[in-house]
Amino acid sequence: MSKPSAASATEIDSAPPAGSVATSQQRARHMLLAGWETLVSVAATFFGLLLVTFVIGRLMPVDPLLAIVGERASEDTYNRVREELGLNLPIWRQFLIYAWNVLRGDFGMSVLTARPVAEDLLRVFPATAELSIVGILIGIVAGVPLGVWAAVYRNSLIDHVMRVLGLVGYSVPIFWLGIMGLLVFYLELQWVSGPGRIEVYLDGQVPTVTGMILIDSAIAGDGEVFSNALSHIVLPASLLGYYSLAYISRMTRSLMLEQLGQEYLLTARIKGVSRRRLVWRHAFGNILVPLITVIALSFASLLEGSVLTETVFAWPGIGRYITNALLNADMNAVLGGTIVVGTVFVGVNLLSDLLYKIVDPRAR
Amino acid sequence: MKKLLAALAIGAGLALGAPVVHAETPKDTLIEAWRFDDIISLDPAEMYEISTYEFVGNVYVTLISIDPHDTSHIVPRAAESWSVSDDGLTYTFKLRPGQKFHSGNPLTAADVVYSFQRMTVLNLAPAFLIQDLGISADNAKDTLKAVDDLTFQLKVDKPYAPSYVINVLSASNFAIVDSKLLKNHETNNDWGNGWLKTNSAGSGPFILKSWKPDETLVIEANPDYYGGAPKLKRVVWRNIAEESAQRLLLESGDVDIARNLSADQLDGLRQKGGFEVTSTAQSTSLYIGLNLKNKYLANPKVREAIRYLVDYQGLEKTALRERYVTNQTFLPSSFLGYVDSNPYKLDIAKAKSLLAEAGYADGFELSVDLASTFQERMDIAQSLQGTMAQVGIKLKILSEDAKTALTAYRARKHDLYLGTWGVDYFDPNTNMVFVVNTDNSDEPASKPLSWRNSWIDPDLTAKAQALLMERDEAKRKAGYQDLIKAWQPISPFAMLYQEVQVAALLPKVKNFYLGPSAETTLYVGVSKE
Repeated sequence: MSKPSAASATEIDSAPPAGSVATSQQRARHMLLAGWETLVSVAATFFGLLLVTFVIGRLMPVDPLLAIVGERASEDTYNRVREELGLNLPIWRQFLIYAWNVLRGDFGMSVLTARPVAEDLLRVFPATAELSIVGILIGIVAGVPLGVWAAVYRNSLIDHVMRVLGLVGYSVPIFWLGIMGLLVFYLELQWVSGPGRIEVYLDGQVPTVTGMILIDSAIAGDGEVFSNALSHIVLPASLLGYYSLAYISRMTRSLMLEQLGQEYLLTARIKGVSRRRLVWRHAFGNILVPLITVIALSFASLLEGSVLTETVFAWPGIGRYITNALLNADMNAVLGGTIVVGTVFVGVNLLSDLLYKIVDPRAR
Repeated sequence: MKKLLAALAIGAGLALGAPVVHAETPKDTLIEAWRFDDIISLDPAEMYEISTYEFVGNVYVTLISIDPHDTSHIVPRAAESWSVSDDGLTYTFKLRPGQKFHSGNPLTAADVVYSFQRMTVLNLAPAFLIQDLGISADNAKDTLKAVDDLTFQLKVDKPYAPSYVINVLSASNFAIVDSKLLKNHETNNDWGNGWLKTNSAGSGPFILKSWKPDETLVIEANPDYYGGAPKLKRVVWRNIAEESAQRLLLESGDVDIARNLSADQLDGLRQKGGFEVTSTAQSTSLYIGLNLKNKYLANPKVREAIRYLVDYQGLEKTALRERYVTNQTFLPSSFLGYVDSNPYKLDIAKAKSLLAEAGYADGFELSVDLASTFQERMDIAQSLQGTMAQVGIKLKILSEDAKTALTAYRARKHDLYLGTWGVDYFDPNTNMVFVVNTDNSDEPASKPLSWRNSWIDPDLTAKAQALLMERDEAKRKAGYQDLIKAWQPISPFAMLYQEVQVAALLPKVKNFYLGPSAETTLYVGVSKE
């Protein structure tokens, strides 16, 4: 990646001086240390996350036994189950037992689904991931060029249209937009399929590999399942895509505006660099790092699962899973879900760190 | 890779090129959109959730059942006939010969013994049903007997009213499970409970195919059902949490039945035409509990005044339309002993004078706990807030998630609690929780609804307990009718409504009938044209 002239001063600074003593051994030790630090901070993050969620969960004025034994159980049954689950122990002991089990890879059973939490997460997370990936792709592919465009043609018609679109994206409830989308594109125009991930009679036709139906059906080479899944995902993913588009395009625009006003661009222009190269190579190249942060955050928030979108589109994802679990004090499920969401954030952060290093030579 | 690319290309082309033609749902498959995410276990000895009852009612068979069309009538299921000994302690059931479980194992009296004993040993939520008959894990060996392969005998501890015992045994929790199959799936002496949470071991008209929580539940026809194979091959429940989405699916023909539509949506469908609507009153009561721990509510005149402050008719016509009918008794209308007794209506002047008599003409403050998930409860609370304001009572609405509200109620920490109560079985004794309370201390052995509202009346408690033993059915019936009238003016409740189940369906669905309880909504006779 070539960098525009204004950045070259720093490039020189960061280049190893002639006769550098840095050896590959030292570099390796450096990296190991950095890896160790990352590991410690990730572990601390998870521990804190677990502790806080656990304590909040236990302090909620909800009796977790209600979800398990129901409202009608006799006192005798109630007390027996309470003891079996260790709910009569002090909170700190409950937490230690739980943390120890998690370390051994045991997330416990979910009360609501009567299955191991790990199994549930493997079912609900791919559903959300599939939706989020398609959504963020729509957000990036449409949002970035539109943002650049709006910056280049500032205060033009396209800029105003983009601003309105962005505002609508922020302010209209996704719930309402979802229902309207279904009404228009599903019921009236019949362009897309309705709520759900796939038609009932196609469910289970392709073997589960990743849990993402689009990928699984592609692996199996089943065009019918693929097209059906695609026609189901288009609408909810577009909706999520629209929301991230609104955010990504606004951020791209303001980042670009900042660059377009810089003097190095004027210099480049005087030197006769074409407009296209000026915008895409010089200015855009310089906003890549902050843009990656914007996209990463946007993606991570999609991966948390959008409860409302999942509800309207009957999408059995992690957002609904955690919410239902929370409302029923199904603590194993809540904590398991929290760990996944935490992993997603940490993972996306690490990934964007990695991407910085690729696009920005200073970060290498 | 080539295969993959080809699939992608074809798929993308199909999905985005041509409009999606709504495929008709297959003729042998019934697809329903509703909310069944209350299911937490499919084990009949553990389940206590409404949707699970409907599942168990179609997948398992009990000895006897309630006739869905006439709840005073008992129909034979696994048992062909039954008799009660003269001392009223021994019940003998003759099983229908040649019955088979889905696994192919024969259904015998030993399976019935196993199933009932299993309930007592597991001792989960529904265990009290059988414990109430005096049968426990300790005495199960003496009280439950397989006389021969086709004769099952059950001994109760007291000469209860036979109608009570028979009605209790019709509850789906007494479903007969496949003992041989479950013994293969036992871990840590759990009587197969861990496995049965997500599987089935029944002999009913349908077999569980799959259950994906928050997604689908599929049952398939059992061709060997003793009553003949069902007309449908498959019934699919789709969990659609959002009502508007249910309506859109029904209108598109992607589902055959929608179970959770609001009155407005039903109106819309009626206007559009081409849909049918069916409804049946259920056995669930919507009521307000008035906690006597509150010093105002401890005064019977204040409680009576509150009963005159509910706009029963007005709400029934607006917020509760199609979903509830007024019922101010503690019994659902289809029950033995029910009497049509709705003496209360909105009467501000009467409430005012009652409050003045009680010495509270200047009013006071109260709060009501309710679950925020149910809009209609909020509507009732807001209406009550308005009418109470007219007599000087300031009502604070505490709208919480369902489990929080219930937790407060169970701990007697509420003033008013607005919620529902569903019956455990089809006998008036199940709702004696509104009447009977033998110990009003903070940690009693049992905590009926009357206890939750800190109310105790030894006289009515004794009457209710006597009716449980009344072997003359006519006398029993009259007894409950008298009890309702004596209880109404002094109880710690404002009984409001009885729930109604409504479903909208496509006209091609034939013979779909919502039963008066979840376990009596049966798919065996349903067909599609």
